[in-house]
Amino acid sequence: MQLIRSDININFLEKRKIALAISAVMLVASLALIGFKGLNLGIDFTGGTLVEVRFHQQVSIADIRRAIAPEGYEKAVIQEFGSPKEILIRVQNREDIESSVISTAILDALTNAFGADQVEMRRVEFVGPQVGEELKTAGMMAVFYTLIGILIYVMVRFKLRFALGADAAILHDIIIVVGVFSLLGLEFSLSVVAALLTVLGYSLNDTIVVFDRIRENFEANKKKKNPLDEVTVCNQSINQTLARTLMTSVTTLLVVFSLYFLGGEVIHNFAFALLVGIAVGTYSSIFIATPIMLSLEGKFEMSEEELKELEARP
Amino acid sequence: MQKYAPWKFWLIVTVFVAAVMGAAPNVITVPSWWPASFSKPLNLGLDLKGGIHLVVDVDIEKVVAQQVSDNINVIRRTLREAKIRYRKLDSNDTQVSVVLKNPEDADKAARLLKKTLFGYEMNQPEEGQLVFTISEREAKEIRSYAIEQTIEVIRRRVDALGTTEPVIMRQGDRRVLVQIPGYEDSARAKSIIGQTAQLEFKLVDEKGDLEAALAGRIPPGDMIAYFEDGRPILLKKRTELSGKDVAMARITIDPQSNQPAVSLKFNNQGARKFDRLTKENVKKRFAILLEGVVQSAPVIQERISGGTAQITGAFTTQEAQALAIVLRAGALPAPIKVVEERSIGPSLGQDSIDQGLNSIIYGFIAVLVFMLVYYRMFGLFANIALAFNIILIAAAMSMIGATLTLPGIAGIVLTIGMAVDANVLIFERIREELNNGKTPLAAIDGGYNKAFSTIMDANVTTLIAAIVLFQFGSGPIKGFAVTLSVGILASMFTAIVVTRAMTYLAYRKKKKLKSLSI
Repeated sequence: MQLIRSDININFLEKRKIALAISAVMLVASLALIGFKGLNLGIDFTGGTLVEVRFHQQVSIADIRRAIAPEGYEKAVIQEFGSPKEILIRVQNREDIESSVISTAILDALTNAFGADQVEMRRVEFVGPQVGEELKTAGMMAVFYTLIGILIYVMVRFKLRFALGADAAILHDIIIVVGVFSLLGLEFSLSVVAALLTVLGYSLNDTIVVFDRIRENFEANKKKKNPLDEVTVCNQSINQTLARTLMTSVTTLLVVFSLYFLGGEVIHNFAFALLVGIAVGTYSSIFIATPIMLSLEGKFEMSEEELKELEARP
Repeated sequence: MQKYAPWKFWLIVTVFVAAVMGAAPNVITVPSWWPASFSKPLNLGLDLKGGIHLVVDVDIEKVVAQQVSDNINVIRRTLREAKIRYRKLDSNDTQVSVVLKNPEDADKAARLLKKTLFGYEMNQPEEGQLVFTISEREAKEIRSYAIEQTIEVIRRRVDALGTTEPVIMRQGDRRVLVQIPGYEDSARAKSIIGQTAQLEFKLVDEKGDLEAALAGRIPPGDMIAYFEDGRPILLKKRTELSGKDVAMARITIDPQSNQPAVSLKFNNQGARKFDRLTKENVKKRFAILLEGVVQSAPVIQERISGGTAQITGAFTTQEAQALAIVLRAGALPAPIKVVEERSIGPSLGQDSIDQGLNSIIYGFIAVLVFMLVYYRMFGLFANIALAFNIILIAAAMSMIGATLTLPGIAGIVLTIGMAVDANVLIFERIREELNNGKTPLAAIDGGYNKAFSTIMDANVTTLIAAIVLFQFGSGPIKGFAVTLSVGILASMFTAIVVTRAMTYLAYRKKKKLKSLSI
């Protein structure tokens, strides 16, 4: 079976202006959303307490709120988590009491109100305010160091302009995924950061495959009597790798779908970030990485004429 | 077709046998002759088997400050013995300072104190004033010791909970990680781990005027303390006995009140101190304080030389039991605070395992079907390699003792998707070579050779991301990074080396092959 014809030749790069414009709009929209609407940061970053309980009989959210209100948690965020019997309660840290015992107070209030045999503790997470700050920094540092690491590797294996193209594509993907999280108001937790880094790895993987082919074709092109221009060679390379790009996206999406639908509530957002990221990552390796790399032509390396001129000097 | 080196076949066979042996303990109970390093099943993370994960912060600066202020006594004694008189003796968090009555004594005092105050730097800001500042090295040692001691005490306390294989280890400069697998009662765990267990015995100042003290005129050497119900009492500041003097503590029932109480047995030193205390203060009261709160203030009826005492108070049985545990385990050197908790109930852990396995199985099947339909014979090669890959990941993770977490399962699922990428790259390349008019066998060679550097570059970059993830991630995220890295390495082996061997075996003798099933 073959879905992509082997003689396929779509002029991707002809449309690069349109693609860059679309990406620019999406980036600006994402940054605006992140800046103005902000992210629904999970307790990993804000600090706070999260209690997940399962009721053996269905209980209304209003009743739950009433049960924990006397403890001073009437402002808690209470929501269903996967099923009406599973409830997620989130509260902020408080100045007046030792925050680590909030979960105990909430669980006690629930058992008192509904009976010990009705309430089952599923999960308790508590993050102190300082730890939240630290995790925030660690998350950003992780993305930053990965970008640097990749920049160096791609620079050594290819050239600086390839490295910059790859990093631009990755940054593009990350910003858009974060933008989607802001748009939909999904909880942004530590595991979403892990998903972002995975997307980063995936998107890069895709980009490298295209770049590898471009490099190979550049070298072959140099030996030709009538060398083609760079844009044509790049376009050829993208078309040659198109089948692979799409196949890998399909197999990866297959498993991520399986993760998204079957993996359970706890990794729902993680899987969602992967879904969006893989889609955007596939797009960016074709429409962002290569055009950026092309637009930097001659910015960082000397042209043939300049090299000759340099050699001709005494 | 290029020759395939025989040693590579042997390598594949060896790795395959090792992988099956290493992965086996996860599926069956292995017989006793099974090699030890292959006998460990996968370590499940707390998020899968349920349990308590706490990070506690140790207030180590307080320990340093305490040590510094303890030196006031040292200075007092040294100066008294040398008959040097002083006007003022003071301390803050890092310094002790003394102002001498006669500035001429400064040299002599400095000489004597330098000998006793080891690890301190001395200077003389004014005539007759000596200031000792704790050196950074000494402070560091104290902090480090405090953390070690905290770990020791927490370990003894957690052991008393009767759990198996708890993990207690240092994390960063001033934190301790506590993991108790399979334990549910997070409230009890936190209260037992978190109690400082400062036990103090102090004499009651019977002659002092409590009213005047409450108005602010506290007699020198005295302090005000409060009962649980808020009643004040005037005590001597000096601590007669402390938790260090306790050898054993257990829960009993107080015969007078029929209430739960904690009985103490002192160690030799403690028994001697308690003997002297009771002998010298018959008919007087002493107070038992816990975390600074007065539990009881009984009257000493007679000298007690047996080295036992009893703490009564308004305890529930559970409280008394917890108190006995922490007194037995010893006091924490510094107050601690829980700064992070991630506890998973057993039902959620099991759900996560079930759902995780489900998504692995269905994701795996989907990829298998897709590859088979799309690449036919070569798809089958890739699928066999993929199955090998999963066995290899399970074996490698079991053998290196890595922990499988929920994000780790996600990592495996993702690896399944990405592992076939290498094969997709190779197969697409083979198709291209065929289209360029190469013979089937030459196309296979060309496909593998040309795709290799691409696969290498693509995987190394993903590995970079995984390593950074490992460095910066905490707990569950680390698990994800580990499976992702192991998965990448395993997939490079299976997708390149193993499928290549299969194609070689399948096609090496078919010199006249006209087409490939790809």
